[in-house]
Amino acid sequence: MSNDSTSKTLIVATLLCVICSIVVSSTAVQLKPMQVRNKKLDIKKNLLVTAGLVDDSAEEKQIVEAFKAVETKVVDLETGAYADIDPESYDARKAAKNPKLNYKIPAEKDLANIKSRAKYGKVYLIKDGETVKNFVFPVHGKGLWSTMYGFLVLENDLNTVKGLGFYEHGETPGLGGEVDNPNWKANWNGKKVFNDAMKPVIKVVKGIAEEDAKYKIDGLSGATITSNGVTGLVRYWLSENAFGSFIKKYKAGSI
Amino acid sequence: MSLKKTLFDPLFENNPIALQILGICSALAVTTKLESVLVMCLAVIVVTAFSNLSVSLIRNHVPSSIRIIVMMTIIASLVIVTDQILKAFVYDVAKSMSVYIGLIITNCIVMGRAEAYAMKNGPIMALVDGIGNGIGYSVVLIFVGIFRELFGSGKLLGYNIMTPISEGGWYQPNGMALLSPSAFFLIGIFIWILRTVKKDQVESSN
Repeated sequence: MSNDSTSKTLIVATLLCVICSIVVSSTAVQLKPMQVRNKKLDIKKNLLVTAGLVDDSAEEKQIVEAFKAVETKVVDLETGAYADIDPESYDARKAAKNPKLNYKIPAEKDLANIKSRAKYGKVYLIKDGETVKNFVFPVHGKGLWSTMYGFLVLENDLNTVKGLGFYEHGETPGLGGEVDNPNWKANWNGKKVFNDAMKPVIKVVKGIAEEDAKYKIDGLSGATITSNGVTGLVRYWLSENAFGSFIKKYKAGSI
Repeated sequence: MSLKKTLFDPLFENNPIALQILGICSALAVTTKLESVLVMCLAVIVVTAFSNLSVSLIRNHVPSSIRIIVMMTIIASLVIVTDQILKAFVYDVAKSMSVYIGLIITNCIVMGRAEAYAMKNGPIMALVDGIGNGIGYSVVLIFVGIFRELFGSGKLLGYNIMTPISEGGWYQPNGMALLSPSAFFLIGIFIWILRTVKKDQVESSN
C-alpha cells in the first residue's frame, strides 16, 4: 500500500491516536492519586509553615503529626455560623466555580478582584488542648499576572496577624514573586488588621512602612500591583462580605 | 555522521538556539531561576530524545500529507506524560514551572529535529541527535539562567551568593535581569562569544 493513499493515511492516523491516547490516559490515571496527595500535602504544609508550626523542610510525617492540632470547620460566609458540611470533602475552590454553590461578589465590594466566591469557606482552628490558639483563613485574590492563593493566620484576639503566606501564585520571580520572601512575610507578624470600627484597614504601602505603624506593611519594590493585590485580598477576606461575619460572631461569643 | 559527532555537534558547532535560532521563547520564560532551568532542560532532553526516537521508528509509514500532525501528536503526548510525572514526583518544582512544561509542545527544537532529522535517519541516530540537541539547548539555558539568577536576585540555586540589601546584605539586585528582555541580551552575548571563537558560524553579509 502506498504511504500516501487515503486508506493508509486513515489507518496511520487512527492507530497513532489510539496509541497516544492510551499512553497519556494510563499515565494520568496511574499518577493521579500521587498528584492529589502531593497537592493536599503541599497546602497543609503551607498552612502549617504560615502558622509557624513547622518549617519549610518538614517531611510528610511531621506535617501529618502537626496537622492533628488543626481543626477544620466550614463556615457559611453570609451568616458567619458553622455549616453542616464535611470539611474533608468540601473544596471551596471548586465551589467558587459552581453556579449553585457560589456567590457573585458585587463589584464595589470585590476588593480582591475575584468576581465570585464559594458560599461556604473553610476556617482552620489551631488548638492547644481545648483553647484556640490561632485562626487560619484561606484567602485569594488577583495580583499582577495571577490569582494568588494563601493563608492568613490570626492570633486568638482575631486582630493581630501571626503570618501570611501564599501556596500558589504566578507573579514575576524576584519582583511580585517576593511575596514568598521570608523576610517580607516576617513583616506581617504582630500587625493589626481591624481598626476600632472593625473595618479591615491593613495596607501594603509603597516603600518602607514607619516602624510603629500597626496597620502598615512594607511594599514590595518594583511590584506595586502585586502589593495592592495583597492589600485587596486581605481586606476583602476579612470584610463583612467574607469572613467578617464569622469573626464578629466569634468575638461576640455566639459560636 | 558518527555517533559522537551527532551527540556533541549540537553543543557548540550546531547549537539549536545559537545557530539554528530555535526555542528562544522558552529560553526567555523559564530562566529567572536556575532550579527551574535545570528541570526544564531535563524535560526538554527527554522529550526531544523520545520524540525523535518514536518519529524515526515510524518514519517509513507516515503519509507525508499528515506528517506534521503525526509529529505534533507524538510530541504532545510525550510532554503531557512528562508533566504528569513531574507533578507526581517533584511537586514543588513542577508547581513553580506552571505552564512552561506544557509549552515544550510548542518548542521549535523538538518539532524542528523531528522534521529535519528523525524523518530521515534510523532510530538510534535519531535518539542520540535528540539528546544532543536537548543538551545544546540546556547549555544556553544554563548560561542564561546563571546570569539572570545571580544578577537578578544575588543567588544561585536559591543560595545567597551576593546577599541582597533586602536581606541585610550589600547587593542591589538588578531588576532588569529578572525580566524577559535580559534573556535576549544574554543569548545575544552567548551567540557573539560563540561566533567570535568559531568564525565559520558567522553569516556572510548580503
